[in-house]
Amino acid sequence: MSGIGIFIAAFVVGGLICVVGQLLMDLTKMTPGHVMTVLVVAGAVLDGLGLYDPLIKFAGAGATIPITSFGNALVHGAMAETSQYGLLGLITGIFEVTSAGISAAILFGFLASLVFRPRG
Amino acid sequence: MSMKPNVSQAKYQSYLSGRQPTKPWFANAVRAFLTGGTVCLIGQGVQETFVHLFHFSEKTAGNPTVAVMIFIATLLTGFGVYDVFGQWAGAGSAVPVTGFANSITSAALEHKSEGYVMGVGTNMFRVAGPVIVFGVVAAFFVGLVRYLVVS
Repeated sequence: MSGIGIFIAAFVVGGLICVVGQLLMDLTKMTPGHVMTVLVVAGAVLDGLGLYDPLIKFAGAGATIPITSFGNALVHGAMAETSQYGLLGLITGIFEVTSAGISAAILFGFLASLVFRPRG
Repeated sequence: MSMKPNVSQAKYQSYLSGRQPTKPWFANAVRAFLTGGTVCLIGQGVQETFVHLFHFSEKTAGNPTVAVMIFIATLLTGFGVYDVFGQWAGAGSAVPVTGFANSITSAALEHKSEGYVMGVGTNMFRVAGPVIVFGVVAAFFVGLVRYLVVS
Protein backbone atom coordinates (compact mmCIF):
# COMPACT_ATOMS: atom_id res chain seq x y z
CA MET A 1 0.00 0.00 0.00
CA SER A 2 1.11 3.54 -0.53
CA GLY A 3 0.02 7.11 0.01
CA ILE A 4 -2.72 7.83 2.53
CA GLY A 5 -3.88 4.19 2.54
CA ILE A 6 -0.85 2.95 4.44
CA PHE A 7 -1.48 5.51 7.19
CA ILE A 8 -5.07 4.35 7.59
CA ALA A 9 -3.99 0.71 7.59
CA ALA A 10 -1.27 1.47 10.17
CA PHE A 11 -3.78 3.19 12.44
CA VAL A 12 -6.44 0.50 12.20
CA VAL A 13 -4.18 -2.58 12.43
CA GLY A 14 -1.97 -1.08 15.17
CA GLY A 15 -5.08 -0.05 17.08
CA LEU A 16 -6.63 -3.50 16.77
CA ILE A 17 -3.50 -5.24 18.11
CA CYS A 18 -3.69 -2.91 21.12
CA VAL A 19 -7.39 -3.78 21.54
CA VAL A 20 -6.42 -7.47 21.72
CA GLY A 21 -3.92 -6.56 24.46
CA GLN A 22 -6.51 -4.47 26.33
CA LEU A 23 -9.14 -7.23 26.21
CA LEU A 24 -6.60 -9.74 27.54
CA MET A 25 -5.94 -7.38 30.46
CA ASP A 26 -9.61 -6.69 31.22
CA LEU A 27 -11.26 -10.05 30.56
CA THR A 28 -8.51 -12.22 32.07
CA LYS A 29 -6.29 -11.58 35.06
CA MET A 30 -3.20 -10.88 32.96
CA THR A 31 -0.89 -8.02 33.90
CA PRO A 32 0.59 -5.76 31.19
CA GLY A 33 3.78 -7.83 31.51
CA HIS A 34 1.87 -11.03 30.75
CA VAL A 35 0.11 -9.40 27.81
CA MET A 36 3.37 -8.15 26.29
CA THR A 37 4.86 -11.63 26.68
CA VAL A 38 1.86 -13.33 25.07
CA LEU A 39 1.91 -10.89 22.15
CA VAL A 40 5.62 -11.41 21.52
CA VAL A 41 5.13 -15.18 21.42
CA ALA A 42 2.09 -14.67 19.16
CA GLY A 43 4.22 -12.58 16.80
CA ALA A 44 6.86 -15.33 16.65
CA VAL A 45 4.25 -18.01 15.93
CA LEU A 46 2.48 -15.89 13.30
CA ASP A 47 5.80 -15.39 11.54
CA GLY A 48 6.44 -19.12 11.74
CA LEU A 49 3.17 -19.62 9.87
CA GLY A 50 4.23 -17.00 7.31
CA LEU A 51 1.42 -14.62 8.26
CA TYR A 52 3.29 -11.67 9.75
CA ASP A 53 5.14 -10.47 6.66
CA PRO A 54 1.91 -10.01 4.69
CA LEU A 55 0.56 -8.00 7.64
CA ILE A 56 3.64 -5.72 7.58
CA LYS A 57 3.21 -5.28 3.84
CA PHE A 58 -0.41 -4.28 4.37
CA ALA A 59 -0.16 -2.15 7.50
CA GLY A 60 3.45 -0.90 7.72
CA ALA A 61 4.12 0.59 11.13
CA GLY A 62 0.74 -0.76 12.30
CA ALA A 63 2.44 -4.16 12.29
CA THR A 64 6.06 -3.15 13.05
CA ILE A 65 5.45 -0.85 16.04
CA PRO A 66 3.38 -3.22 18.26
CA ILE A 67 5.47 -5.61 20.37
CA THR A 68 4.27 -8.57 18.25
CA SER A 69 6.83 -7.43 15.65
CA PHE A 70 9.57 -8.14 18.20
CA GLY A 71 8.67 -11.84 18.08
CA ASN A 72 8.48 -11.65 14.31
CA ALA A 73 11.91 -10.00 14.11
CA LEU A 74 13.48 -12.59 16.43
CA VAL A 75 12.29 -15.40 14.15
CA HIS A 76 13.42 -13.48 11.05
CA GLY A 77 16.92 -13.05 12.45
CA ALA A 78 17.16 -16.72 13.37
CA MET A 79 15.83 -17.91 10.00
CA ALA A 80 18.16 -15.65 8.01
CA GLU A 81 21.25 -17.14 9.66
CA THR A 82 20.13 -20.77 9.36
CA SER A 83 20.34 -20.46 5.59
CA GLN A 84 24.05 -19.66 6.03
CA TYR A 85 25.14 -21.59 9.12
CA GLY A 86 22.49 -24.27 9.59
CA LEU A 87 21.11 -24.96 13.06
CA LEU A 88 23.82 -22.88 14.76
CA GLY A 89 22.37 -19.89 12.94
CA LEU A 90 19.27 -20.13 15.14
CA ILE A 91 21.43 -19.07 18.09
CA THR A 92 23.70 -16.59 16.35
CA GLY A 93 20.93 -14.92 14.37
CA ILE A 94 18.18 -14.48 16.93
CA PHE A 95 19.15 -10.89 17.86
CA GLU A 96 20.30 -9.96 14.36
CA VAL A 97 17.25 -7.84 13.52
CA THR A 98 16.18 -6.75 16.99
CA SER A 99 19.59 -5.56 18.16
CA ALA A 100 18.75 -1.94 17.26
CA GLY A 101 15.64 -1.92 19.43
CA ILE A 102 17.22 -3.64 22.42
CA SER A 103 20.45 -1.63 22.27
CA ALA A 104 18.51 1.62 21.92
CA ALA A 105 16.19 0.76 24.82
CA ILE A 106 19.10 -0.15 27.13
CA LEU A 107 21.21 2.86 26.15
CA PHE A 108 18.42 5.45 26.30
CA GLY A 109 17.02 3.92 29.49
CA PHE A 110 20.39 4.12 31.22
CA LEU A 111 21.09 7.67 30.02
CA ALA A 112 17.61 8.69 31.19
CA SER A 113 18.41 7.35 34.67
CA LEU A 114 21.47 9.63 34.72
CA VAL A 115 19.54 12.71 33.63
CA PHE A 116 16.03 12.43 35.07
CA ARG A 117 14.70 12.05 38.58
CA PRO A 118 11.89 9.61 39.41
CA ARG A 119 8.45 11.16 39.65
CA GLY A 120 5.31 10.45 41.57
CA MET B 1 -2.30 -26.93 51.65
CA SER B 2 -5.27 -27.54 49.44
CA MET B 3 -5.92 -24.99 46.70
CA LYS B 4 -9.62 -25.85 46.68
CA PRO B 5 -11.57 -23.00 48.25
CA ASN B 6 -13.35 -24.04 51.43
CA VAL B 7 -16.95 -23.17 52.20
CA SER B 8 -16.29 -19.75 53.71
CA GLN B 9 -13.99 -18.80 50.83
CA ALA B 10 -16.64 -19.85 48.33
CA LYS B 11 -19.22 -17.82 50.21
CA TYR B 12 -16.88 -14.86 50.26
CA GLN B 13 -16.35 -15.15 46.50
CA SER B 14 -20.08 -15.12 45.83
CA TYR B 15 -20.42 -12.19 48.24
CA LEU B 16 -17.73 -10.33 46.28
CA SER B 17 -18.99 -11.13 42.81
CA GLY B 18 -21.95 -8.76 42.95
CA ARG B 19 -20.00 -5.99 44.61
CA GLN B 20 -16.79 -5.69 42.65
CA PRO B 21 -16.77 -2.85 40.14
CA THR B 22 -17.04 -4.30 36.64
CA LYS B 23 -14.22 -3.21 34.38
CA PRO B 24 -15.36 -0.83 31.64
CA TRP B 25 -13.80 -3.15 29.09
CA PHE B 26 -15.51 -1.63 26.08
CA ALA B 27 -14.47 1.95 26.87
CA ASN B 28 -10.95 0.68 27.62
CA ALA B 29 -10.85 -1.14 24.29
CA VAL B 30 -11.91 2.02 22.43
CA ARG B 31 -9.20 4.03 24.17
CA ALA B 32 -6.59 1.36 23.43
CA PHE B 33 -7.64 1.38 19.78
CA LEU B 34 -7.43 5.15 19.40
CA THR B 35 -4.18 5.62 21.30
CA GLY B 36 -2.43 2.51 19.97
CA GLY B 37 -3.52 3.40 16.46
CA THR B 38 -2.18 6.92 16.89
CA VAL B 39 1.21 5.66 18.12
CA CYS B 40 1.43 3.44 15.02
CA LEU B 41 0.32 6.36 12.84
CA ILE B 42 3.21 8.44 14.24
CA GLY B 43 5.51 5.46 13.64
CA GLN B 44 4.36 5.34 10.03
CA GLY B 45 5.13 9.06 9.73
CA VAL B 46 8.65 8.52 11.11
CA GLN B 47 9.16 5.60 8.72
CA GLU B 48 8.00 7.60 5.68
CA THR B 49 10.42 10.34 6.74
CA PHE B 50 13.31 7.87 6.71
CA VAL B 51 12.21 6.52 3.32
CA HIS B 52 11.64 9.83 1.54
CA LEU B 53 14.11 12.17 3.24
CA PHE B 54 17.00 9.82 4.04
CA HIS B 55 16.48 7.30 1.22
CA PHE B 56 16.07 4.20 3.30
CA SER B 57 14.16 1.31 1.72
CA GLU B 58 10.82 0.20 3.22
CA LYS B 59 12.68 -2.70 4.84
CA THR B 60 15.75 -0.90 6.20
CA ALA B 61 13.65 1.99 7.57
CA GLY B 62 12.16 -0.32 10.21
CA ASN B 63 15.14 -0.34 12.58
CA PRO B 64 15.79 3.42 12.74
CA THR B 65 12.03 3.97 13.10
CA VAL B 66 11.92 1.71 16.15
CA ALA B 67 14.98 3.48 17.59
CA VAL B 68 13.35 6.90 17.13
CA MET B 69 10.10 5.72 18.74
CA ILE B 70 12.08 4.31 21.66
CA PHE B 71 13.99 7.60 22.01
CA ILE B 72 10.74 9.59 22.07
CA ALA B 73 9.19 7.21 24.62
CA THR B 74 12.27 7.43 26.84
CA LEU B 75 12.16 11.24 26.84
CA LEU B 76 8.41 11.29 27.55
CA THR B 77 8.94 8.82 30.41
CA GLY B 78 11.72 10.97 31.84
CA PHE B 79 9.48 14.03 31.80
CA GLY B 80 6.69 12.02 33.43
CA VAL B 81 4.38 12.40 30.45
CA TYR B 82 4.26 8.77 29.29
CA ASP B 83 2.86 7.46 32.55
CA VAL B 84 0.02 10.01 32.49
CA PHE B 85 -0.69 8.99 28.88
CA GLY B 86 -0.50 5.32 29.92
CA GLN B 87 -3.14 5.70 32.61
CA TRP B 88 -5.62 6.86 30.03
CA ALA B 89 -4.47 4.69 27.13
CA GLY B 90 -4.00 1.31 28.85
CA ALA B 91 -2.78 -1.25 26.35
CA GLY B 92 -2.59 1.49 23.72
CA SER B 93 0.53 2.67 25.52
CA ALA B 94 1.84 -0.74 26.65
CA VAL B 95 1.61 -2.81 23.46
CA PRO B 96 3.57 -0.57 21.04
CA VAL B 97 7.37 -0.73 21.26
CA THR B 98 7.18 2.62 23.06
CA GLY B 99 5.67 0.75 26.03
CA PHE B 100 8.65 -1.61 26.03
CA ALA B 101 10.96 1.44 26.26
CA ASN B 102 8.74 3.01 28.91
CA SER B 103 8.90 -0.12 31.09
CA ILE B 104 12.72 -0.07 30.93
CA THR B 105 13.12 3.64 31.61
CA SER B 106 10.53 3.85 34.38
CA ALA B 107 12.05 0.82 36.17
CA ALA B 108 15.50 2.39 35.82
CA LEU B 109 14.30 5.69 37.27
CA GLU B 110 12.27 4.10 40.02
CA HIS B 111 15.27 2.20 41.38
CA LYS B 112 17.85 4.94 40.81
CA SER B 113 18.08 5.61 44.56
CA GLU B 114 19.42 2.06 45.09
CA GLY B 115 22.46 2.87 42.97
CA TYR B 116 23.37 2.43 39.33
CA VAL B 117 24.49 -1.20 39.54
CA MET B 118 22.08 -2.78 42.00
CA GLY B 119 19.23 -0.34 41.37
CA VAL B 120 19.23 0.70 37.73
CA GLY B 121 21.15 -2.25 36.30
CA THR B 122 19.27 -4.93 38.20
CA ASN B 123 15.76 -3.58 37.74
CA MET B 124 15.83 -2.19 34.21
CA PHE B 125 14.44 -5.43 32.73
CA ARG B 126 11.88 -6.24 35.39
CA VAL B 127 9.02 -6.02 32.87
CA ALA B 128 10.97 -6.15 29.61
CA GLY B 129 13.01 -9.20 30.69
CA PRO B 130 10.20 -11.77 30.43
CA VAL B 131 9.30 -10.36 27.02
CA ILE B 132 12.84 -11.01 25.79
CA VAL B 133 13.10 -14.44 27.47
CA PHE B 134 9.84 -15.79 26.09
CA GLY B 135 10.38 -14.08 22.76
CA VAL B 136 13.76 -15.75 22.31
CA VAL B 137 12.55 -19.17 23.45
CA ALA B 138 9.50 -18.97 21.16
CA ALA B 139 11.61 -17.73 18.25
CA PHE B 140 14.09 -20.57 18.75
CA PHE B 141 11.41 -23.26 18.56
CA VAL B 142 9.50 -21.59 15.73
CA GLY B 143 12.80 -21.26 13.86
CA LEU B 144 13.68 -24.87 14.62
CA VAL B 145 10.36 -26.17 13.32
CA ARG B 146 10.61 -24.09 10.18
CA TYR B 147 14.20 -25.18 9.62
CA LEU B 148 13.25 -28.85 9.96
CA VAL B 149 10.19 -28.49 7.75
CA VAL B 150 12.03 -26.60 5.03
CA SER B 151 15.12 -28.82 4.92
